[in-house]
Amino acid sequence: MIGPGDLRLCQTLPAPRRLADVNTVRDKARLSPNVTRLVVEAPRIAQVRRPGQFVIVRRGPGAERIPLTITDVDVAAGTITLVVQAVGKSTHDLVELAVGDAITDVAGPLGHPTDLLEAGHAVCVGGGVGTAVIWPIAQALAAAGVRVTSVIGGRSAEWVILERELASVGDVVVCTDDGSRGRQGFVTAALDDVCRGGPVDRVYAVGPVPMMRACAEVTRPLAIPTVVSLNSIMLDGTGMCGGCRVSIDGGSRYACVDGPEFDGHAVDFDVLADRLTTYRSFEQAALERRLATLEA
Amino acid sequence: MSTEPTPSPAPAVPLGRIPTKLRLTIDRQAMPERDAGARSRSFDEVNLGFDAQVALLEAQRCLLCKQAHCVKGCPVGVDIPAFVGKVAEGDLAGAADHLLACNALPGVTGRVCPQETQCEGQCPRGATLRGVAGQPVGIGYLERYVADWAAGNRTEVPPPPTPSGRRVAVVGSGPAGLTAAGELVKRGHEVTVFEAFHEPGGVLVYGIPEFRLPKQIVRQEVDRLVAQGVRIECNAVVGRTYTLPELRAEHDAVFVAVGAGLPVFMDVPGEHLKGVYSANEYLTRVNLMGAWLPDGETPVLTGRRVAVVGGGNVAMDAVRTARRLGAEEAVIVYRRSREELPARLEEVHHAEAEGVRLEFLTAPVQVVGDADGWVTGLECHRMELGEPDASGRRRPVPVPGSQVVLPCDTVVVAIGTRANPLLTSTAPDLRLDRRGYIETDADGHSSMPGVFAGGDIVRGAATVILAMGDGKRVSAAIDAYLTTGLTTGLTTGLTTGLTTGPATA
Repeated sequence: MIGPGDLRLCQTLPAPRRLADVNTVRDKARLSPNVTRLVVEAPRIAQVRRPGQFVIVRRGPGAERIPLTITDVDVAAGTITLVVQAVGKSTHDLVELAVGDAITDVAGPLGHPTDLLEAGHAVCVGGGVGTAVIWPIAQALAAAGVRVTSVIGGRSAEWVILERELASVGDVVVCTDDGSRGRQGFVTAALDDVCRGGPVDRVYAVGPVPMMRACAEVTRPLAIPTVVSLNSIMLDGTGMCGGCRVSIDGGSRYACVDGPEFDGHAVDFDVLADRLTTYRSFEQAALERRLATLEA
Repeated sequence: MSTEPTPSPAPAVPLGRIPTKLRLTIDRQAMPERDAGARSRSFDEVNLGFDAQVALLEAQRCLLCKQAHCVKGCPVGVDIPAFVGKVAEGDLAGAADHLLACNALPGVTGRVCPQETQCEGQCPRGATLRGVAGQPVGIGYLERYVADWAAGNRTEVPPPPTPSGRRVAVVGSGPAGLTAAGELVKRGHEVTVFEAFHEPGGVLVYGIPEFRLPKQIVRQEVDRLVAQGVRIECNAVVGRTYTLPELRAEHDAVFVAVGAGLPVFMDVPGEHLKGVYSANEYLTRVNLMGAWLPDGETPVLTGRRVAVVGGGNVAMDAVRTARRLGAEEAVIVYRRSREELPARLEEVHHAEAEGVRLEFLTAPVQVVGDADGWVTGLECHRMELGEPDASGRRRPVPVPGSQVVLPCDTVVVAIGTRANPLLTSTAPDLRLDRRGYIETDADGHSSMPGVFAGGDIVRGAATVILAMGDGKRVSAAIDAYLTTGLTTGLTTGLTTGLTTGPATA
């Protein structure tokens, strides 16, 4: 028997939490021609989130649930920072929110936090909007005393994001396709140079699937552990639907609860790239309908 | 729809005033249904519900037997003779009072309960007499009738009970969680329900399709609970947003009712192909996310030929959904025979009437696809039944050389679910069985003092009504714990488990 003494009375308990945080957009900035930063009120998530975790947002009734990495937090202000690339209807709708508007639903933090290197030298590779996923990792690594070199890329200068932020935690190599900023060429060539230039203990690479695959192929012969973050199609983010399943070392894993970060040398990128095309025709049609509405 | 003219019922009077002999002459009233051809392409509810006259007539069939066998067959112990008697008297407000006093979700149970194996299965009017099969009182139909009447006419909220000063967290807003929340709030406790999705209801909103349980019905039931004082926090993923020990520290008791939300796949080659869904994903896209609605923004592949693997109620929901999304061919692929189908008979009949084909004794060995990664077929073995297995059913064994490829463009895997470790993995003190389900005593008390559990996360995948039964029983134990602080069971080393075993699939 457990005695009445075990029963804690409400009077001794902390005050009840706020029921539903209103996820108001507090700040907004354009980072590149199609990438927008939203600072959103979400105090509980800001408080418990760790680097590498994400949220699922639903802009309003009828809208899709979309996973977005938490790029940064301000615990005191109770805000999280989301960096959104407008590619489809849902993301276009999201970046059109104005300061003061609310996002109906923000759930998280989801996924496992990043497995952070504890000491040594880490290279953080970001392609396009993937740089926004790399930033919290680089920040946490630097805070833990790890030497960080960032390699980030974009089509041209205006597509490179978060360069100043990353420069505050270590060296940054910028790559652009046209050479309008930093070195000309892909991030993979720069990554190869950094890896051959001195000891590298781990690589974190996030960006488009072909970029992550190419980074993994750069580091494989050098036997440098390489972490990638997989953006497979998700619905609930809690392991309930299995739609985000990815193939890791021949086995099926869920990006939402087993990831989103996996060993880049074990990922079947073909499966990932192919499954990402599942709803391409729907996405195209939704975007066209959206444009038609805007023009009307 | 039934074409028989409805006979006129006796006037609405207490049942005792109608002679038993007369009551025995009334036949069971058929549930009016939408025409099978039309409904197979529509998400409108299939069953149309009774009108007042038919409900009166059906209620007058009740014999008011002293033993009330029907109540014993009900996992939530609804006082069936009381509410049916009130319907017979024409007192729908009285009927609603009786029903709502024992059942927090009557609009749901009146639609999705397998009454034939529960209340109606115990009804003496269903007994076979002199070789003639009887017809039990349509308790489920009457429950639905009263619940729908109450939703439209009973908007006043019962007076709030005296606050107990105790705070309870309920994790999960499915049938077990909502039932427990309703019971606990009635006893004056302050109840907060934590739901991971953006809308409350759990499997009632993401799993069960609109044509079987309109979402409006679930919303009405949830609204009634909220009006009674239940607070619901959506987008709260316990295990991530909050941990279980954290919730325990902030509440006097916690009820964990998160369901068994981890899909099981077949583990055959080709399951990564585009067009292969778990039933959870397929149904969630359509139901919760509204992919079937004109303004729903979440896409779902609407296959021309859809194969659904499995023979349970979820498989029937998925295959009937496929028809409504426009599938020309919707096929159930089941490795045993018709006799072993775990789905409710009514669901199987509905599916077949809507043009669903059933492939029995057929087990998938791989999903076949084209060069672009799209599903083109399901390669299967034909099976035959061998010796009985652990479940007592004859084990299906492959017939050598019997491979066939069923052409299809969508495959929905509906072969069950497992325990989702998202919450339990953040609670090291919570004792689990080897499959990851929470161990409890007969009262639903877990190995963590003050933490109770029920529904699928304890018993494995079962039914809505069994989960509600757990919600009701365990909330009584929680109330006793909050009132006396006394507990027995797992916390003292006594393990007996919840009283009703898991349904087999």
